[in-house]
Amino acid sequence: MGTSARRRPSRWLPGRRPLVLTLLLAAFTMALAMLMPGVASAANEAVTGTLQTSRSGPIAGVPVTVETAAGDPVDTAETDEDGRFSVPVPGPGEYEVTIDPEALPDGVELGERGESLTVTVGPNRAQPVLFGLADGTSNAGGGSVEAVQLLVDGIRFGLLIAVCAVGLSLIYGTTGLTNFAHGELVTIGAVVAWYINVQGGIPLIPATIIAMIVGAAVGALNELAIWRPLRRRGTGLVAALVVSIGLSMLLRYLVQIVYGGFSSPYADFQTQRTIDYGVFTMTNRSLASIVISVVVLVLVALMLQRTAIGKAMRAVADNRDLAASSGIDVNRVILVVWMMGGALATLGGVLLGLSDQVQWDMGFRLLLLMFAGVTLGGLGTAYGALVGSLIVGVFVQMSTLVIPSDVKYVGGLLLLIVILVLRPQGILGSRARIG
Amino acid sequence: MSELLDAFAIAGKAFFGFQAIFFALLAIGINVHFGYTGLLNFGQIAFAMLGGFGIAISVSMWGLPFWVGVLVGVAAAVVLALLLGLPTLRLRADYLSIVTIAAAEGLRLLFRSVSATPVTGGTRGLSAFNADFINLAPWDPAGRHQILGTSWSGGELWVALIGWLLVTVFSLLVWQLMRSPWGRVVKAIREDEDAVRALGKNVYAYKMQALVLGGVIGAFGGMVYAVATGSAIPDQYQNANTFLAYAALILGGAARVLGPVIGSMLLLFILQFADTGLRALIDNGIIPEALLSSTDVAQIRFVLVGLGLMLLLVFRPQGIFGDRREVMLDAR
Repeated sequence: MGTSARRRPSRWLPGRRPLVLTLLLAAFTMALAMLMPGVASAANEAVTGTLQTSRSGPIAGVPVTVETAAGDPVDTAETDEDGRFSVPVPGPGEYEVTIDPEALPDGVELGERGESLTVTVGPNRAQPVLFGLADGTSNAGGGSVEAVQLLVDGIRFGLLIAVCAVGLSLIYGTTGLTNFAHGELVTIGAVVAWYINVQGGIPLIPATIIAMIVGAAVGALNELAIWRPLRRRGTGLVAALVVSIGLSMLLRYLVQIVYGGFSSPYADFQTQRTIDYGVFTMTNRSLASIVISVVVLVLVALMLQRTAIGKAMRAVADNRDLAASSGIDVNRVILVVWMMGGALATLGGVLLGLSDQVQWDMGFRLLLLMFAGVTLGGLGTAYGALVGSLIVGVFVQMSTLVIPSDVKYVGGLLLLIVILVLRPQGILGSRARIG
Repeated sequence: MSELLDAFAIAGKAFFGFQAIFFALLAIGINVHFGYTGLLNFGQIAFAMLGGFGIAISVSMWGLPFWVGVLVGVAAAVVLALLLGLPTLRLRADYLSIVTIAAAEGLRLLFRSVSATPVTGGTRGLSAFNADFINLAPWDPAGRHQILGTSWSGGELWVALIGWLLVTVFSLLVWQLMRSPWGRVVKAIREDEDAVRALGKNVYAYKMQALVLGGVIGAFGGMVYAVATGSAIPDQYQNANTFLAYAALILGGAARVLGPVIGSMLLLFILQFADTGLRALIDNGIIPEALLSSTDVAQIRFVLVGLGLMLLLVFRPQGIFGDRREVMLDAR
């Protein structure tokens, strides 16, 4: 530990490269990557779907007919008590899926999409079919009720961004790296959990925990294989930033090759009916998402305040050279930050996958909102990331009161630009950091 | 073997085609930003999108002449540069990078949204706005021409000719500008901003001028792309294109006049050759289908670019022609 005091004063500290560990982790990741397509190809093509509305809950016993595009019958099935159906089809191609509107319960009607839908099934894919049933709830409620609903949803979304962004902010604080590849940690975490859950058949909660361990390993691999050697070479911060963009592209499109360009849900917790809390309604999985986020963020805060490693993290983020000279092993602290960031990003990815399904570019799309939150709160501060993300999440959801929901992200990005004009150091940031 | 030759010929066309022009113009703009001034603009594609849609909206929606559309595109790019620069150019380099990438993604989402459909055509975009320009060609735009074993239509050839003319003009402009007093100040800002400020120069104004100039060059890149494809679709202007242009610039050599041009031609050649070559290898069963299917080839190209960008930055940040001392690698 004492040796670190003699290191040259640099933002990128040199350190020993545990080559063996790097190779082991690389081998492990390679093995995982080789395994995944194998698992994926074991499944066969099918069309699946869930019939439910928020008021009626899952709808059982509805006959579903599947025909080829030419009109040849393939198979029929009935929805089970979870409202789900799954019809195997002979191969990739176009299929027409029809439900019987007579079998729907009272009050539930076909949505705008009608009773028949044509879907394209990709190789080895269980293609989800969305009928969009209507039960008259979509436009119910006055303006203030809707605002409360959006506020609650915004808090859920903001907490989710915060869980992902804490790592991003701590990595920035401890190493100075603006990591554009952080979104890919989110995606990889969500996709790993998807493979364990959907292809491996393991329930989502243990699957998430396994995926978080993998996520921590991916974070550690990032640090050990790329960023620590680059710091040793004395690579500048701008060069490191462009390297992280290259890494982001590399990983993002690798995920698209392995996982595909589809969006798929997890196997569990999909058929939940919304529960009425008076002024707003929420599914149990949204409630769980909020509770998990809050608990995890409180744990992170406790760790930063109370434990030795947490104090070391704050010390390194505050003044790295001073931390090093007071005997803190800076490289070890940075490694722990990366592992924590990877695990938290994975958790955030799973939560995002639960609400929005798993997609190959989900993390990249969230990245810009993470940046907005982190910048808003003050780059490099852990609590700033929390506050900023919460504001961005609430702002993005609440903005749909006045703007169409397909441009709601634009509002969040606009907020970022406005904040930089008014208070560039962010809410909790210090003026010295912004140059 | 003949397939390999075909791949070479198709890649050779990419070497001179409109996509190389598109990336060359994007990269020349980024060179003014990043190479000479040290600004990290990660939203270059937004300037290109405004250029392309400036023509498309003016001609298809408002019924204006083609050349007014060009002016609209340039004006839109200038406005965007001012909007982006005002809040961020006083801050550290990475703030501009975050804001520009956010603006590019935000603009694309806005252009493809349902509410913007009456103006931008939404996800389907706009088309049929380039006839005025194509008909200016001194030869028959519909005729086919064989050049060195590749086939071009008259229209393609005309766009390529004018496009390379634009690339030449902007390269000459950048060359002359960077030899002028203005260029020396801008390069000094890249090296040490505080020193320039101590000499009494208005650093903020110089940075803003560089941002506007590079953005306008990028807008011309978008115009070439829109006119060549005959359509303007928001999803053509993905963020990845900005990074492809960065890869081209760094490959050729930043802070060199011909760096972005050579880099774009080489990048397009490599991408097209990899694409055609990989497809041929897969079709012939040399690469087993289980490892890589032909639908994955399009993604493999981005993986290769990402990997190439990382390796270049780490091992040869000055690219082919660059000077290591001139490449801005340290944030101020």
